[in-house]
Amino acid sequence: MAATEAADGPVGAELRGWGWRHAGREMWALRGVDLTVAPGERVLLLGPSGAGKSTLLHALAGLTGDDASLTGDEEGTLLVGGRPARDARGRTGLVAQDPETQIVMARAGDDVAFGLENRGLGAAEIWPRVDTALSGAGFPYGRGRATAALSGGEKQRLVIAGTLALRPGLLLLDEPTANLDPAGAALVRDVLAGLGGVTMILVEHRVADVVDLVDRVVVVEPGAGVVADGAPGEVFARRGADLAARGVWVPGREPSPAVTAAVPGPPVISARGCGVRAPGGPGTAEAPDPVRHVDADLADAAVTALTGPNGAGKSTLLMLLAGLARPDRGEVVPAGRLAEADPRPLHRWPARLLARHLGTVFQHAESQFVTARVRDELRFGPLRTGTGHRAADARADDLLARLRLDHLADAHPFTLSGGEKRRLSVATALATAPDVLLLDEPTFGQDARTWSELVALLAGLRDSGHAIAVATHDERLLAALADRVLPMAAGALATEAVR
Amino acid sequence: MIGTAPLARTDAWAARANPAAKLIATLVIAAALLVAIDPVTSGIVLAVELVLLPAGGLRPRALLRLGVPLLVGAVSLGVVNTIIGTGGVWGGLGLSVRLLAIAVPGIVTAASTDPTDLCDALVQRLHLPERFAVGALAALRLLPMLAAEWRTLSLARRARGLEAGRNPLAAVRIFAGKVFALLVRAIRAGTLLATAMDARGFGTGPRGRARTSVFRPGDYALMAGALILVTAAHLVSAGFGTWRVLFTG
Repeated sequence: MAATEAADGPVGAELRGWGWRHAGREMWALRGVDLTVAPGERVLLLGPSGAGKSTLLHALAGLTGDDASLTGDEEGTLLVGGRPARDARGRTGLVAQDPETQIVMARAGDDVAFGLENRGLGAAEIWPRVDTALSGAGFPYGRGRATAALSGGEKQRLVIAGTLALRPGLLLLDEPTANLDPAGAALVRDVLAGLGGVTMILVEHRVADVVDLVDRVVVVEPGAGVVADGAPGEVFARRGADLAARGVWVPGREPSPAVTAAVPGPPVISARGCGVRAPGGPGTAEAPDPVRHVDADLADAAVTALTGPNGAGKSTLLMLLAGLARPDRGEVVPAGRLAEADPRPLHRWPARLLARHLGTVFQHAESQFVTARVRDELRFGPLRTGTGHRAADARADDLLARLRLDHLADAHPFTLSGGEKRRLSVATALATAPDVLLLDEPTFGQDARTWSELVALLAGLRDSGHAIAVATHDERLLAALADRVLPMAAGALATEAVR
Repeated sequence: MIGTAPLARTDAWAARANPAAKLIATLVIAAALLVAIDPVTSGIVLAVELVLLPAGGLRPRALLRLGVPLLVGAVSLGVVNTIIGTGGVWGGLGLSVRLLAIAVPGIVTAASTDPTDLCDALVQRLHLPERFAVGALAALRLLPMLAAEWRTLSLARRARGLEAGRNPLAAVRIFAGKVFALLVRAIRAGTLLATAMDARGFGTGPRGRARTSVFRPGDYALMAGALILVTAAHLVSAGFGTWRVLFTG
C-alpha cells in the first residue's frame, strides 16, 4: 500500500452519506454527511464541541481503518481526488493542534525530510525539497536548527513545512493555532494565507482569526451531517445566533460580558525580588532563568493579570505567588489578612494550610485531579483542610450544581470533556473557600459558553472580596476582567498597566 | 543527549566518530573487563582511556557533573568491598578501577553522540529494525515535555493540600498517583505523535535515507583499537602474574 507520487495540483473531496462511529460507542459521531469540496477550495469546518470535526479530518487523511490510528464503524463513501482516502494518503497532509506532538526529529531539516524518507526518496531528491518547503513555510532558520529551540509558532511553521514537502493536494488543518500564543498564531495564519495550489479544509474554534483565510464555511452537527454550507457571511447571518449559543466563537457574536471594574484593596501576597533559575541537570539546555527579578503584589478584591508571550515567565511567577514553588532568590510573603493565617513566606506553609487559603487552577486541568470520582474531587480539599464530612458533602453538592457538573458526579475526572474538566478544576480550587484564587490560562481552548461562565464566576468571586490572579494571553479575558495588568517579558515585569 | 546544549564539543574526535563504532568499542571493553577482576588489567585500559579522554571533547562542566559522582561511586564501591569483601585492598581496588574503565568510554559515547546520528547508525550499520529505531527517536522528543509535566504534577499535589511530610505510606500513595497521571499524559502524547507520523506516511513502505551513516577508517581503527587494547591488557597482566578472572578465586 505504498503511497504513490501522483501528479501535483489540488485535489477535491467527495462524501456521500458518510458516517463514523468510534469503536465501543453507541452514538454516531457524524452521520449522513454529503459534501463536495472542489479542488483549490478553502473550507472552514464548524460545529459545536463533539461534532466530530477532527474525526472527519482524520478520515479525509486516510487515518481510519483496522490498522490505522482511528478505529470504528464507517458507512457511506468518502473519496479524495476520486479515490478512497486510504489510497489517496500520498495526496493529503494533516496538521494537528499541538506542534509538540508532531515534530519527530531533533533538527529542523531532518524533520521536514522525515515524510520524504517515508516516501522512499533518496537524499538527492530529499534535500532540495526540504529547502523549498522550509522557505515556503516562512521558516526563518536553516536545516540544522534544533527543533527544541523553536517557539510554538515557529514549530508549527516547521510542521507545515514538513507537510508541504510532500506536495499535498489536500491540506487538512485541525486547529493549527489553538495551542499558540497570539504572535505564534499570527505566524501560522500568514503562512496559510500565502499558500496556493492546494485544497484546504480547516477546523478552528477562534473563527474570527481564520475567517479571512477561507471562501466557504460548512457547519456540521453531532450525530448528523452538514446543516449549513455557503460563503462565510451568508452562513453566519443564517446560523450565527444558533452557533454562538452553542459555544462557537462566531465573529461579531463573541460574548462581551458587562463587568464593572473593581477598586483594588490592600495587598494579600507580595513577591519581593523573586527569581527562579532554569531547571538544570545533565543534558538540558542552558536556558535563561524563567523569572529573573520580580517585585509584584496581588491586591485583595481585584483581578491581577500576568500577561506576555509564551516563555515570558507568567506561569512560573504564578506558581511562586501561589506558594507552590520555592523562589531561588527573594521571597513571596503573605500580607494583610493572609499574614494572619501564617506570616512565613508562602513556600514554607504546610500544604494543608496553603490549600485552605489559596486555590490554584492549572493550565492542564488533569494535572490537579487526585481522585477517581468528580464528587470525591470536590470533597477532597475540604476534608484535607479539616472540614467535617457533612459540610464537605454540602460544599460538593453546591459546587456541582453551580458549575453544571451534577450529572457527572460519579464520572472519572479524566473522562470529562475539555469544558467540563476546566469547570471541575475551578470547582476543586473553590471547594476549600480560599481567600485567593490563582489561575493559569483558565480560558485556553475553551468554547464561548464555558468562557462566559468562567468570566461571570470570576467576576462574582472578585466582587465578594477574593483576590484573583490569572496568567493569560487571552485579550478578551483581559478586557473583560483585569483590574491590574502586569505585562511580563523575558522573566521580568515590564511597566505595570492599570485598566 | 536530549537538550540543545550538547555535553561534548561537536568538533571533537569522538563526536565525529560513527555512533555504531563507538557503541561496539564500548561494548568490547565492557565485555572484556567484566571478567577480569584484577586491578592491573583494568588499570592498563583505564590509563589508555584517560590519555585519550581529550578526544572525547567533554565540556569541563559535563566532565565535572558526570565524573565526580562516578569517582565517588567507584571509590566507595572499592572501600566497602575492601572492608566487607574477601579480596582485601587488592580486590577492592580491582572493583573500583574496573568500574571506571568500563564507565569512562560509556560516558564519552553517550555524551558525544547525537541521537539522530545514533538512530541512523543503528539502522544503516547495525541493521536494527527501522520502525523500532525511528519510533524510539521520536519518543525521545517527548521527554522534556513529560519532565515538565512531572514538575507540574508535584506542584499540583501541593496545591491540593497533599504532602507526604514524614509519612512514607503517604509518600508512596502520592508518588503512585503522579505516576498514573504521567502515564495518561504520556499515552495521549504518544498517540498524537504516532498519528502525526502516520499522516506523513511512516510505515507505508521501504524508507529512503536523507542522511548516510558510514564507517570511516577512524571508526574501524576505533573498534580494532578497543579489541587490541583489551587483549593487550589481559596479556600484560598475565605476564605480570597479576591476572585473575571471575570465578577463579
